[in-house]
Amino acid sequence: MSVLVFVEGLNGEIKKSSLEAASYGSQVAQTLGTSATAVAIGDINEASLARLGEQGISKVLYDADDRLKQFVADAYVKVIAKAARQEDAKVLVFSYTNIGAAVGSKLAVRLNGSLATNVTALPKTDGEFTVTRSVFSGKAFADVALTSDVKIIGVKKNTIDVTSNAGTTANIEKFSTELADADFAAAPKETVMQDTGGGVLLPEAEIVVSGGRGLKGPENWHLVEDLAKELGAATACSKPVSDMDWRPHHEHVGQTGITIGPNLYIAIGISGAIQHLAGVNSSKVIVVINKDPEAPFFKAADYGIVGDAFEVVPKLIEAAKALDK
Amino acid sequence: MKILVCISNVPDTTSKINFTADNKAFDKNGVQYVINPWDEYALTRAIELKEAKGGTVTVLNVGEADTEPNIRKALAIGADDAIRVNAFPKDAFFVAQQIAAVAKENNYDMILMGKESIDYNGSQVHNMVGELLGIPSVVPAFKLDMVDDTTARLEREIEGGKEVIEVKLPFVASSQQPMSEPRIPNMRGIMTARTKPLKTVEPVATEAKTEYVNYSKPEKKGGVKLIDPENAGELITLLRNEAKVL
Ligand SMILES: Cc1cc2nc3c(=O)[nH]c(=O)nc-3n(C[C@H](O)[C@H](O)[C@H](O)COP(=O)(O)OP(=O)(O)OC[C@H]3O[C@@H](n4cnc5c(N)ncnc54)[C@H](O)[C@@H]3O)c2cc1C
Ligand SMILES: Nc1ncnc2c1ncn2[C@@H]1O[C@H](COP(=O)(O)O)[C@@H](O)[C@H]1O
Repeated sequence: MSVLVFVEGLNGEIKKSSLEAASYGSQVAQTLGTSATAVAIGDINEASLARLGEQGISKVLYDADDRLKQFVADAYVKVIAKAARQEDAKVLVFSYTNIGAAVGSKLAVRLNGSLATNVTALPKTDGEFTVTRSVFSGKAFADVALTSDVKIIGVKKNTIDVTSNAGTTANIEKFSTELADADFAAAPKETVMQDTGGGVLLPEAEIVVSGGRGLKGPENWHLVEDLAKELGAATACSKPVSDMDWRPHHEHVGQTGITIGPNLYIAIGISGAIQHLAGVNSSKVIVVINKDPEAPFFKAADYGIVGDAFEVVPKLIEAAKALDK
Repeated sequence: MKILVCISNVPDTTSKINFTADNKAFDKNGVQYVINPWDEYALTRAIELKEAKGGTVTVLNVGEADTEPNIRKALAIGADDAIRVNAFPKDAFFVAQQIAAVAKENNYDMILMGKESIDYNGSQVHNMVGELLGIPSVVPAFKLDMVDDTTARLEREIEGGKEVIEVKLPFVASSQQPMSEPRIPNMRGIMTARTKPLKTVEPVATEAKTEYVNYSKPEKKGGVKLIDPENAGELITLLRNEAKVL
């Protein structure tokens, strides 16, 4: 038996979220006294694959089929299911991304396994196999026992530290799967990636600077963007801001937008409505800048500045510029 | 066109979340239940498609009798009929099996759901149903249009971008903003909802594969540390040296 980790790539590199999943998987393998294998699909260069050794992965099965360069759920699931059978995997780990969630749910059916997504901690394996997952939009945790023989775990982004055994490399084995046309029935006709202007992609970002209606208008967004640039952060916004087209919809975080859990979330001119908090409350450190001391967001914040964003943010940008990076 | 919309019954986002004294179960006391917000996008889009192309919209919930007020609400918004599978929704696999069983008997052209249920945040049921039925599932979709009578065009969100997908009917898709603008039931809707058929069926035999054994709440934050706006730059120093996030 073994632990199998599904690894996603982006522009030839392995996504940070997948490195977290790999770190998780190899720690589980260690607890269970076995080894961790990764199955990688799509556009990832071999050097990145070999570096998975640093996360404790001993072997990488890499399917370089060109048709898999873009995500197609049914085809990916076939590849991973084959790898799981070949490796006799009893625990499968993936990062709980949109792609991971799709793959994980289908594998649970196909491999007759127990599935937990949004998992925030390593499993308890004495007695029942239980994992802790985030529920109620970050307002609580639940411990869930995975009762089937095969256990499938979707790790919540940014909750597991990437481990690093510098210099250790993984063996790459070519892996191929017989795929039929039917597996590509729902293949995308077109994939459009957002232009981040060389900046950081919001769902993968460790630091996020976010703006709300308090910034008064899109012409003031240079404050958010400049601070983000200095900190190597992605930018986000509240719902009314994207509703008014000050910012693109994909930047909107919250109950009806995307959910993020960066290490640092800086909210500027955002009141902190519960629907907004639902998208950001699992951030490790929250900073709130708001001129209203009664703004509800301060209750969820670790650091706060009660002040006018137009005066405060330029000072932050200056201070950030002075940091040695 | 026959459309099935699956709705779950969840605590309103603004609810305080509490558990029973032994932390083994969610405490429903004083909690207001609503249709899962994401599912409302699916429901409204289904009704819009029906209005444009004809057909029927059936809503389905796997739940005990206390979910009926929200099923009626879905009927008031404009669904034609409803099915309740009379069972506590033990886990995603259990729910998916129930939905798949109903779907197998009825040949729906599309099965629409929400992106995730806001209580258990699983994002599992839709892809499981697709897998159980052997039809494509497009998750999380935020746009859905018909190309012709047999093909739909969807846009789905992936991290950092979107994909455009064309699939033949039947398929499963989940929904999120801006797929549609959720509607509020009007008086006429509420009146007619009372007489629309709501059928109760018993669950098919299947085991859940997970078991919720304990709940807890995140540790309370230590409170906010305020920094003088005049020395705002101090924040950056604290973030580096104290919080160690820069
Ligand atoms: C079903 C539903 C779903 C929703 N989903 C979401 C969601 O996903 N995401 C989301 O964000 N919202 C969502 N909302 C909306 C949410 O309830 C709030 O209305 C919204 O988050 C408010 O956005 P805001 O904080 O930018 O604006 P406001 O509430 O208007 O707050 C602006 C803040 O800026 C401060 N301010 C003003 N001027 C300055 C200044 N010069 N310097 C510093 N501070 C200043 C003000 O004190 C205020 O606190 C949803 C609502 C509903 C009903
Ligand atoms: N008990 C249920 N009854 C009907 N549909 C459900 C139920 N639970 C979840 N769903 C549907 O499945 C979607 C995804 O839910 P989940 O996998 O729990 O995040 C929801 O948005 C609903 O459309």
